Amino acid sequence: MQSNETILAVNHLKINFNTYAGKVKAIRDVSFDLKKGETLAIVGESGSGKTVTTRSIMGMLANNAVVDGGNIQFHDKDVLKMSERELENLRGAQIAQIFQDPMTSLDPTMRIGRQIAEPLMIHKGVKKEKAMAQALEMMKLVGITDAENRINDYPHQFSGGMRQRIVIAIALINYPEILIADEPTTALDVTIQAQILNLMRELQDKISTSIIFITHDLGVVAGMADRVAVMYAGKIVEYGTVDEIFYNPKHPYTWGLLSSMPTLDTNSAELASIPGTPPDLLDPPKGDAFAPRNPYALKIDTEQEPPFFKVSDTHYAATWLLHPDAPKVTPPDQIIKRQEKFAEMQKAALAKAQHHQIEEEEEQQ
Amino acid sequence: MADEVKLPADSFEPLDKSKHLDSEKIAAPNLTFMQDAWRRLKKNKSAIVAMIILIIFFVLAFGSAFFSPHNPNAVNPQFANLPPKWPGININGINGTLVQAGSRVNAYQAAGAGAGVHYWLGTDYLGRDMLSRILFGTRISLTVAIVATAVDLLIGVTFGLFSGWKGGWVDNFMQRVIEIIMSIPTLVVVVLLILILKPGMMSITLAIAFSSWTTMARLIRAQTLELKEQEYVLAAKTLGESSIKVAFKHLLPNLSSIIIIQTMFTIPSAIFFEAFLSFVGIGISAPQASLGTLLNDGQKNFQFLPYQMWYPAIVLSLIMIAFNIFADGLRDAFDPQTKE
Amino acid sequence: MAKYLLKRIFYLLLTLFIVITVTFFLMKLLPGTPLQNQQKLSPAQQHLILKQYGLTKPVWQQYLIYVGGVFQGNFGTSFQFSDQPVSYLISSRIGPSLLLGIQAMILGVIPGILVGALGAIKKNTWVDTTTTIVSILGISIPSFVLAVLLQYFVGLKLHLLPIADWGGFAYTVLPTIALAASPFADTARFTRTEMVDVLNSDYIELATAKGLSKWGVIYHHALRNSLIPVVTIIGPLAVNIMTGSMVIENIFSIPGIGEQFVKSILTNDYPTIMAVTIVYSVMLMVVLLITDIVYGIIDPRIRISGKSN
Repeated sequence: MQSNETILAVNHLKINFNTYAGKVKAIRDVSFDLKKGETLAIVGESGSGKTVTTRSIMGMLANNAVVDGGNIQFHDKDVLKMSERELENLRGAQIAQIFQDPMTSLDPTMRIGRQIAEPLMIHKGVKKEKAMAQALEMMKLVGITDAENRINDYPHQFSGGMRQRIVIAIALINYPEILIADEPTTALDVTIQAQILNLMRELQDKISTSIIFITHDLGVVAGMADRVAVMYAGKIVEYGTVDEIFYNPKHPYTWGLLSSMPTLDTNSAELASIPGTPPDLLDPPKGDAFAPRNPYALKIDTEQEPPFFKVSDTHYAATWLLHPDAPKVTPPDQIIKRQEKFAEMQKAALAKAQHHQIEEEEEQQ
Repeated sequence: MADEVKLPADSFEPLDKSKHLDSEKIAAPNLTFMQDAWRRLKKNKSAIVAMIILIIFFVLAFGSAFFSPHNPNAVNPQFANLPPKWPGININGINGTLVQAGSRVNAYQAAGAGAGVHYWLGTDYLGRDMLSRILFGTRISLTVAIVATAVDLLIGVTFGLFSGWKGGWVDNFMQRVIEIIMSIPTLVVVVLLILILKPGMMSITLAIAFSSWTTMARLIRAQTLELKEQEYVLAAKTLGESSIKVAFKHLLPNLSSIIIIQTMFTIPSAIFFEAFLSFVGIGISAPQASLGTLLNDGQKNFQFLPYQMWYPAIVLSLIMIAFNIFADGLRDAFDPQTKE
Repeated sequence: MAKYLLKRIFYLLLTLFIVITVTFFLMKLLPGTPLQNQQKLSPAQQHLILKQYGLTKPVWQQYLIYVGGVFQGNFGTSFQFSDQPVSYLISSRIGPSLLLGIQAMILGVIPGILVGALGAIKKNTWVDTTTTIVSILGISIPSFVLAVLLQYFVGLKLHLLPIADWGGFAYTVLPTIALAASPFADTARFTRTEMVDVLNSDYIELATAKGLSKWGVIYHHALRNSLIPVVTIIGPLAVNIMTGSMVIENIFSIPGIGEQFVKSILTNDYPTIMAVTIVYSVMLMVVLLITDIVYGIIDPRIRISGKSN
């Protein structure tokens, strides 16, 4: 399902917000790409710039936002340079979005069938009856039971989980190339979260869309994403495949995030946390923005921003600790355990690959 | 790419953890709720201008009790209906001239007033100094409004707190009472109360207060219902604090912003009601004056002596505008969410 | 819905009953009688008049007769005009008041909604600032000041419209404007606040993300959601207009209920005061009931689940 075709490339994106207090540098040089059919997770604390990034992809930045540089290439066109008209044609057709809170993201006074059918009617010029029929199909696809009888219901007649299914139906009705899911499960109960995540995975296979999955919850990422980008203070600090980020993280911030996530094999009685708060982006600190919270900070962190160091072809991290001259530091216990597991996994993968080969050979015979 | 840059040798020395990890430091100064609101209010220029206008009116109106240009009730029939005259300025409107039967005449000369006689805003039909009467009237209007609002506050807050705190059938009953009162037009209630209490400053004040407390009571009740479920209130209750103590220590401080905002909206509406009733003729009665009675007097001669209506109308409108703008500003300052 | 309606009508009748009872006994506390203008009559004549008014019976009997009468549309006889039943006094005057009230409601609410919505859509621009200033003025300047200003400039100086009196559409224009100013300002402010809230809501963001144009979002999603709550302020606006009509009808010499009410108050004509009180309360209660029902019909959240509060 995954291919190497890049459908979206964000290059050196910089976005500022003009506020009464001054210029807030919300996005400070962010670059990433999205391949066809893959799921890219963007992880970070609130205020790290995840949402601003996705809004800029949708061309839905607030009025006081100023793009300070960079571009967003979608099929050879720069989204940032599109006219309002072009953006309208893009939104809901080629790029769709699911929002955080299903309780508030549906129009309370419009029947849900109409809400689901609306993007079809706008973008494809489908007549109302036909659009409603397709909306009904989509409702069944996202798992709304008794869809025929519920198509004329209003949002308040559905539970939170069902409403998020409706939001997903709205987003997918035009089979978009990119689906941006901005914390789609944060507002839901844990059991419902799992259902929604399963649904998204299932639908991704069915309609082969790429997903940008925004979350602050690494736990959700593991089963969902192919690749992960970790954001901190308006920058990506580390990115790689999901295994690389989970089992071989290099950036101390990623270490902190992983250590603060409960796992089944966590032994310690207490969960670790990252001390302090993210920096004020009105006046970002010199050097590495994470340095004030980083127990592994080096002198150079306070002077110069770290560039990306390559860990593998797919794995990069922006920390001076990867510089050849940097002292070797011992990551937290949990991270060491994860790295051990990573080594095992790689061994196992290797073995499995060999095994696979043998099997295939056997089948051939 | 990093390798291209020449880095100083000591670049990779670890930082001292105990020194650089000062992340728990809070950058912004710690402001109390009121300080924060005041800071926001100060940024709202129109609200500050409104506040200054109000302060000026208050100082003038209440200051005039001690030093008024003339006695507001001194009748001087000889100088009746004189237009405004400012010493040394010769502009129509403030030079003591009037248009009578198509030609401009010097009303002061006609009345036989000496060169030293000036009435800044003219005189009324009994020759009383308009400026003094307006100051006097403003004082009465403001007093009525503020006392009425204070009584309204007392009833409304008590009723709302009690209703919300008690809950159950008490609350239900009290809400029905409010609903019944609210389905009678306020004005009718005021009129009935004034008729029973006999027109006068006291009765008009009480009538306004008794008819306008329901809005406050509803707001306070709604907020109390919410606060009641807050952990700190539950904790205080669990620890055995008496209801009265909980009300004063935990509820009132958290209700203060609602109370202040609502008060600021009640005062102009009380000013309006007083002016309205006095204008109709069932409010403040002679020889006392309020902005409403002055308007009533002025309206009778409006076609010929418009200044007698202008000045009270301007003062009343200015006070109302200033109060409304100031109240808007306060609401935005106390509740930043409503603004953005 | 039917159950809710029945409950509401029950409360309406209960409230009406309380209003009648309270006003009746309040009026009994007051010293005035139909004789106040005719002190020269002999005791026998006085007794005859009192008997005519039914005032010689015990108070409880008077009360029962009064309540019975009210429900048949009989409000007794005016003290001021001893030959006129109050019900006639009111029914002959309700026309101009209703006409003015309805005109003022329309003139206030519809432009108010438009101006308020425009202010919200063009938030933080000169359009918004202008509408805010206009609505602050509308709320702050008392209707009677505005009425006199209109009389002076439009009527007296420009001779465009009649200054006062009643007779034809031209005579209703100035009083309608004076009455409508405050409801207009209230509606504009309320609509603006609602619309700003709605425009900031998540479902508007979702609508934008669907690819609707700015005006498409406003037309299909924002307008309906911000206009539904406007129905809830119709009741308070009706009060506003009733209050205003007392003084506006006086200023423009319009033979309406408001003008009669003031006259009755000044002459202690208790039967008329009571009747107007009851009529005003009934009008307000009916308006409140209708707006509640309309709100229930147009807001799907209430329509389905029944009244939540």
